[in-house]
Amino acid sequence: MALKFEVLGRFNRARAAQLTLPHYLCQTPLFMPVGTQGTIKGLTKNQLEEIGCQIILGNTYHLALRPTSELIDELGGLHKFMNWPRALLTDSGGFQMVSLLHLADITEKGVTFQSPVDGKPMLLTPEESIQIQNRIGADIIMALDDVVRTTITGPRIEEAMYRTLRWIDRCIAAHKRPNEQNLFGIVQGGLDPVLRDICVRGLVERNLPGYAIGGLAGGEDKDSFWRVVAQCTAALPEDKPRYVMGVGYPLDIVVCSALGADMYDCVYPTRTARFGTALVPEGVLKLKHQAMANDIRPIDPMCECMVCKNYTRAYIHCLVTKDAMGSQLLSYHNLYYMMKLSRDLHSSIVEGRFPEFVCKFLQTMFPKGDVPEWVCNAMEVAGIDISSCCREMRFDVDKSSTL
Amino acid sequence: MKFAVNKGWSNGRARSGVLQLGSCPFPIQTPALLLTTRKGLPAFISPDLLTSSLPSPDSHLLQFSPLHFLEGISPKTISNIGGLHQMLSLHQHIFAAVPRDSIIALPEHDSTNKYGASFQTPGGRLLIKPAEYVELVSSMKPDFWVTLADEVPAWVSDKRNRTSVDRTLRWLDDCLSLNKTGTTIFGSIVGGSSIEERHRCAQEVAQRNVSGYWIGGFGLGESMDERAALLTAVTDNLPEDMPRHVSGLGLPEEVLQGVAAGIDLFDSTYVYHLTLGGFALTFPLERNKGDNADYQLSDSGGDDMKINLKATIYRKDTSPIVESCNCFTCQNHTKAYLNHLFNVHEMLAQTLLEIHNTHQYLGFFCSIRKAIEEGKFEQFRRNFVESRRECLFAAASSD
Repeated sequence: MALKFEVLGRFNRARAAQLTLPHYLCQTPLFMPVGTQGTIKGLTKNQLEEIGCQIILGNTYHLALRPTSELIDELGGLHKFMNWPRALLTDSGGFQMVSLLHLADITEKGVTFQSPVDGKPMLLTPEESIQIQNRIGADIIMALDDVVRTTITGPRIEEAMYRTLRWIDRCIAAHKRPNEQNLFGIVQGGLDPVLRDICVRGLVERNLPGYAIGGLAGGEDKDSFWRVVAQCTAALPEDKPRYVMGVGYPLDIVVCSALGADMYDCVYPTRTARFGTALVPEGVLKLKHQAMANDIRPIDPMCECMVCKNYTRAYIHCLVTKDAMGSQLLSYHNLYYMMKLSRDLHSSIVEGRFPEFVCKFLQTMFPKGDVPEWVCNAMEVAGIDISSCCREMRFDVDKSSTL
Repeated sequence: MKFAVNKGWSNGRARSGVLQLGSCPFPIQTPALLLTTRKGLPAFISPDLLTSSLPSPDSHLLQFSPLHFLEGISPKTISNIGGLHQMLSLHQHIFAAVPRDSIIALPEHDSTNKYGASFQTPGGRLLIKPAEYVELVSSMKPDFWVTLADEVPAWVSDKRNRTSVDRTLRWLDDCLSLNKTGTTIFGSIVGGSSIEERHRCAQEVAQRNVSGYWIGGFGLGESMDERAALLTAVTDNLPEDMPRHVSGLGLPEEVLQGVAAGIDLFDSTYVYHLTLGGFALTFPLERNKGDNADYQLSDSGGDDMKINLKATIYRKDTSPIVESCNCFTCQNHTKAYLNHLFNVHEMLAQTLLEIHNTHQYLGFFCSIRKAIEEGKFEQFRRNFVESRRECLFAAASSD
């Protein structure tokens, strides 16, 4: 174990904590931007620090291809290579299994990919994934799990869940740096509460430094999504961080935090920036639209970021999709927005005003009171009264004990 | 605008001077480099990094083409925002409006006609008339702007060349009479590769009521050898105490040629092109003939002035691009990291490299100024050119 997790404040299931990692002292709930290849789309380390990024995600699959984990290790690890003084997390490469599935062959041994660089077969075993991550040197490393899409049904889900449990033991055995790097296990089991329960128990038995909820953020309906998160957060240990992988939209992060999750990652803020979309409290702002051409307001008048304090929608409109600078500026703003959301979640819980924060957030995003049903149901389970935000309350929540 | 030549240390035609313009509280020493921008901002360096990571006030001179703004944002909106400085939130920077930009607004002499100048842009061909141009510039309120010119390449017929001078003079007068805002104007001088036409144009423009001179039509096909005489044909006919700005002289040797002819301001796309190609400048800023022995001879395409960061020899190189360089990139990152970023096509590569290259090139200009002030400019220039020749010769004759 190379971390400390100290809860500083709560509201029902939601918690604000201090997460001490080898390279940085973090505050949760927190969002982790994705810097797949050892960088976040055009932003320098100073800008990332200014924005308030605490942990950045690097992807094992991509880094193993280029520049290779051996080179990173030889040059002193990814922190040194990127010159990033704060924390890093690497994922296992498992997610690529789902996204490149037509090129992959999954067996008990591991996963064979066809390398996109030279077409050669690459075998990713649990041992190999951990070895690569040991060389890269991130503060948190992820176990290799057998991920299946949530839209699949049938015995494949059960097979994947049990395999994930078998693989965690191989990951633990292969992990050579437990005093410097924290191995998180990943809960699988699709949308089946019974399978999820077995997986949670299995992982908790291994007494890992932290746990992730995987296999979501892949196209399942929101109602199923929040129920899986709620079930897992209820069953995972109180005193260890909980990371919902691949989440996501600001609304999803607020809901999951209310249900008791602590950490999130997603490509969405930076990816959507490259398409000219900015994140704002009301939802999104599409800078490409003709209406923006003459709008001389900032993206978000309440935002304190460098972009909003200096630039108008009109200027950004003329940059987006034509000049790289447009997506750089939008990435800056979008990440600032996500880190501000993280800070607000943390401080509102610590300061005892979490329900007020949630209500204000929902009122701004749904001024007509049309908060989606799944959000209302989730908040009901989280014990947060959002009746002031909703046009009408719904009373058909399944309050079974697993939630 | 205030401009003064430093009397007492002119070496031949080369001169050093001081420029003071409205927005920038610091005086700018000349000869100086104007940084190339797209829509007012560098290609890859975001505005917060522009002010925090580049030397001041050297990096405060920015060149932009008003044509960049023709699509996507209207002059009225720019006016509503309050002009270019407000729109870009760069209040202490100096913006020079020059229609021609060697990257995305190239003069199209075939389509230019008596009504207006034609340019090739990513959005297609654009014809801009003096009245439209003045309207555009008025909404932006740059610190100075150059009048619309008909630039032609070196190989056009004498007749076409003469026409370009006549048109440019006519448009100069149009711009002057249409200018209601009292902004600072530089008169444009063309003349292609004809000494007589350059002479004629310069003399005519020198009679107009302008605050400085922009010399166009270079970098469009003339050789460096013929250019020297063409430059002096212009500068010899201009008053000494007014600034001279040239476009199209981008390479270091070309800049030195321009300085030798009496030019004060240069805009150059050298940094942009180097950056795109992954090349990092490694000028030794103090040039000494004896130091040339150990430049890097390799197949990587580098030489004693630049290295190709994409080359595999840098994969594990944990040193900065230049040890003694104070720029953000050299202070924080290694060649190995940059090599990786280029190989995986990450935008950060270009941001970091543009910062470094701009730093280096601004440093080159600083060396030029120092050499002029010490009365050693001709020697500086000779050393520079000769060491480049030696290096290229050695590279060509190595196995």
